[in-house]
Amino acid sequence: MEPILELQNVTKSFGGLRVTSDVSLSVAQGSISAIIGPNGAGKTTIFNQITGYLKPDSGKIFFCGQDITELNTRDIVTLGMARAFQVTSFFPEETVLDNVRVACLSQKNKTRNLLKGVDDFKDATDQAHKILSSIGLEKEADRPAFELAHGDQKLLDIGIALALQPKLLLLDEPTSGMSPDERLLTRNLVKKLWKEFNLTLIFIEHDMDTVFGIAQTVRVLQMGRLLAEGSPEEIRNNPEVITAYLGEEVL
Amino acid sequence: MKKSLFNKDIIFWGLFVVVFGSVPFLKQSDYHLMLANSILIWGMFAVAFNMLFGVTGMLSFGQALYYGLGAYSVGLVVKNYGPSLFLPAIGLGVVLAVITSILVGLLVIRLSGVYFTVLTLAFGQLAWQITFRWYHFTGGDDGIQGIMPSGVLENHTVYYYFTFVLVILAIWFLRRVANSPMGLVLRCIRQNPERVRFLGRRVRRNQLRIYVISSFFAALAGGLMTGVTNSIHPDMFYWTTSGEVILMAVLGGIGQFFGPFIGATVIIIIQDVVGARTEYWSLIIGLIMMVMVLGMPRGLVGEIRGLKARFAPGRMSRG
Ligand SMILES: Nc1ncnc2c1ncn2[C@@H]1O[C@H](COP(=O)(O)OP(=O)(O)OP(=O)(O)O)[C@@H](O)[C@H]1O
Ligand SMILES: [Mg+2]
Repeated sequence: MEPILELQNVTKSFGGLRVTSDVSLSVAQGSISAIIGPNGAGKTTIFNQITGYLKPDSGKIFFCGQDITELNTRDIVTLGMARAFQVTSFFPEETVLDNVRVACLSQKNKTRNLLKGVDDFKDATDQAHKILSSIGLEKEADRPAFELAHGDQKLLDIGIALALQPKLLLLDEPTSGMSPDERLLTRNLVKKLWKEFNLTLIFIEHDMDTVFGIAQTVRVLQMGRLLAEGSPEEIRNNPEVITAYLGEEVL
Repeated sequence: MKKSLFNKDIIFWGLFVVVFGSVPFLKQSDYHLMLANSILIWGMFAVAFNMLFGVTGMLSFGQALYYGLGAYSVGLVVKNYGPSLFLPAIGLGVVLAVITSILVGLLVIRLSGVYFTVLTLAFGQLAWQITFRWYHFTGGDDGIQGIMPSGVLENHTVYYYFTFVLVILAIWFLRRVANSPMGLVLRCIRQNPERVRFLGRRVRRNQLRIYVISSFFAALAGGLMTGVTNSIHPDMFYWTTSGEVILMAVLGGIGQFFGPFIGATVIIIIQDVVGARTEYWSLIIGLIMMVMVLGMPRGLVGEIRGLKARFAPGRMSRG
């Protein structure tokens, strides 16, 4: 089967600093995979380029067989890609429901409507409630989003992305800043969502239990270079990866 | 939540219709009618402005451009072609404002924050300069006096009810916009424009839309105002006009849909009461603004709702 996402020799520098260095990879449709690597390795920058937020200096990016290298974020999202952020990103003054509902309305192309009330869009509202149930925030639906605890805000960020009904979902450190308990819940949630919504899912993560617990494929970035790629088992036993990043404790 | 929203609207509309509907019966002089008429028109202007500022987060310091365009369209058409064209001239002003706001908008919306504000100010001042200098066409500093609508609208009470109905329609329309999916997107753009792009929406396109809508009503306000004051003057294009509408919105509360209307009411009444007694009314307005910004940052309506929320169980919602 044709890969859903393909990067060919993608390279990007900030000033003199090479943040993405000749990265090529291909992601299978329906897979769940992780990107790991030390701080500053260039993980988020890869997401930024895939989503059109940054343009690569050279190289090509294909999504569902289409060259998206030159497309802007809006068009790429419309093709079926969504993203949640490392630094939680949502609409603080809107209710939790409206945070998700605005994404549902956008996905249905209803946001040009001036005269009907948001509440009149039953299907978008129902769908938003369904997503809130899936991520366990149904009880918080009517609260302004800024009142949520950090962990719940991370989930809301994921909920907004899910509401776009993406084919490919990118999560940037879904468990960061969470307590160990929350992390476990989120790990299971991410896996559940991947199945429930038939997603292809790529996540960046520092929590190794999450990485080795749910990823089918793990890719390791180091100083912008793709250091290794393989099953959790292969990565865990890769001597290069161990010295570069994992260190002793994983063994 | 939904219920409180509903109540708020009912209270506003109820008071609005009763108070402004009864002015022609209660007035002691035509002056009161004129005052009430100014409040209606400026209230609409301020509510429309706040769709830009309070809702979308775009502080335009140049809405006088459209207000003046609306007023001068009426003034010049009536002066050159007669009062029978008063109404079509209002239409012309609004159409010119839409065209101008698309062109200006395409230029200024590429900038954000303070750069946007400064550039809108520059365009407003440019229009003022042109009006001021182009004496044989615009009447320059003298402006044009004696602009009257014709027919039934010549009657002050009829004209008052005519604007009353238009203002109701305008505010009703803007309320619908605020509650619509596009209104939600506009609020989201204020809070987190980056994320809106990641929803697959065009931020600038939506900003342009509301800029044009807001400018449309600014021009309508300018056009209608000529029927109240019966004159036009280059000051309508001046930055103080833009400043005044900002003041109204801030005073009433930019986080509340109806706040700017209340702000317009308060400012126009203060100008009238204080202006009649002392020439220092702008100083008084300045002091009030300082107190407001320092002590009541959410504006009159926002602070009153905040007080209510403190004494009532349940959470405060932003409208
Ligand atoms: N817009 C930018 N301009 C300049 N430098 C940048 C920019 N974005 C990222 N960088 C730099 O690029 C490098 C990689 O950043 P990136 O955010 O991709 O790392 P990361 O792997 O996601 O790290 P972390 O695990 O800390 O999130 C860092 O040195 C960072 O300072
Ligand atoms: Mg990162």
